[in-house]
Amino acid sequence: MLKQILDIFYALIGVLMLLAGIESLRDKASKTHIGTGIFWLILAAIFLIGNYLPNEIIGILIVIIGLLSLFKQVKVGNLAQIDTKIAETAAKKYRGWIFLPSIILALSSILIAQFTKLGGQIAIGIASVLALLSAVVLTKEKPKDTYHDSARMIQALGTAGILPQLLSMLGVMFTASGVGVLISKTISHVFPTGNHLLGVALYCIAMFIFTAIMGNAFAAFSVITAGIGIPFVIAQGANPVVVAAIGMTAGYCGTLITPMAANFNALPVALMDMTDELGVIKQQAPIAIILLIVQIGLMYFLAF
Amino acid sequence: MEYVKLIGVLIIVLGFAFKLDTLAVVIIAAITTGLASGMSITHMLTMLGKGFMDNRMVSLFCLALPMIGVVERFGLREAAINIIKKFKNITPGKLQNYYLILRDVTGMCGINIQGQVQFVRPLISPMAQAAASVKHKLNKDQIELIKGRSAATDNFGNFFGQNLFIASSGVLLMASTMKSLGHAIKPTSISLWSIPVCLVTLVIVWLYNMHFDKKLKSMNDDTIKEDK
Repeated sequence: MLKQILDIFYALIGVLMLLAGIESLRDKASKTHIGTGIFWLILAAIFLIGNYLPNEIIGILIVIIGLLSLFKQVKVGNLAQIDTKIAETAAKKYRGWIFLPSIILALSSILIAQFTKLGGQIAIGIASVLALLSAVVLTKEKPKDTYHDSARMIQALGTAGILPQLLSMLGVMFTASGVGVLISKTISHVFPTGNHLLGVALYCIAMFIFTAIMGNAFAAFSVITAGIGIPFVIAQGANPVVVAAIGMTAGYCGTLITPMAANFNALPVALMDMTDELGVIKQQAPIAIILLIVQIGLMYFLAF
Repeated sequence: MEYVKLIGVLIIVLGFAFKLDTLAVVIIAAITTGLASGMSITHMLTMLGKGFMDNRMVSLFCLALPMIGVVERFGLREAAINIIKKFKNITPGKLQNYYLILRDVTGMCGINIQGQVQFVRPLISPMAQAAASVKHKLNKDQIELIKGRSAATDNFGNFFGQNLFIASSGVLLMASTMKSLGHAIKPTSISLWSIPVCLVTLVIVWLYNMHFDKKLKSMNDDTIKEDK
């Protein structure tokens, strides 16, 4: 029963991607409108009817998505901009109330997850629908505009929108191929398992360094958690929730010190016309180091 | 040669480090890992499909986006700006701290604003510069420092606040990855256990920004000495 409800929400994601696909195809001013359209339509198909397709076919569709992206055929394109005049007038009219749908989203998702048996995922789905309804009722938005707002938000994600799910897929492949086991075996030749503090430090520092090298904590998380987090920390009796939550933010500290994370550290340098390329990173580095040490301590005391 | 399997890790590290097409890099890494560990092409494709389908929950965050689209059209950003503008005549450090709190709170509500583009560049950095130049004219180094700190504060608030929202992509990725690794955990518990680090960060960055005012002032004094 719960699975069926969740499938409805997955299908809703498919509908959103369908809108993004249609609007991308209509964006004829963009040279890559066909590739981008196909990209979203393939994803829409997987989310809408993926349950009825063999996994092998879905694997082939993923490869096609990869090829489209590899050959630069997927771009965000030209999105309709928000009319700032309308937005400014509306901001005066609604004031703080405009935050209400967001608060409904946050509160109702937590309440449904905590006090019903539906679970966190379904809670997110229900809360999202409630929040959208409240936003439409509050602003009395026309259905046509809601359609365009939805398509615009999904289109704006671009390929980055599907990246987290693809990284999780990569994690599955790593596990199936025994990559995690191999990394942990190699590291355990150098470091002994069994020492709690050493294991925690090893995991947090590896998250920090791998994230700094790759510029992406999500990518580091699937590799390092399988290879180090599970054998050196969780298998020693640590609470997996604490390990995951703090391990990820230890990775974020790596994001703070790396030029690889261009969106966060290089973009502002360009935006504000700063002279020092590392100007943002220099402001972040002391905090990143302090937080890394604090998080090693927190994980050690909270997880065991 | 068991180590051939690690080719996927190598591809990921090099691909991200050299900024190749991210999506393609991840998919190629998955394909080569499967093939290098001895899977047949059919088996590898099946694993890709299964891995993708089993992790659909990671993309649930998409469902929250239409609402954000609607409230953006009706002045979400402008309303936030109006709140910040109420704080006139404050020090740069305090302004940064109020912005930090705003970023943490919006993060908790799932509003993932593009802080650097929408707030830091047009609002936080100019306001901090204005606040600092009330008594002294700012020198180049001070302006550079304020710009850097404004961007840094946005990142601090963004990174360490976002996991308090259970439908954030980070939380969903953790839940999904841990499930495939055989240690299923709930998104609500992840958000709950993200609170300690968020609070610690808030306190440390708060102190760091309070110290920032002193640092800017000390640079003032230096310029005056040089002028003499």
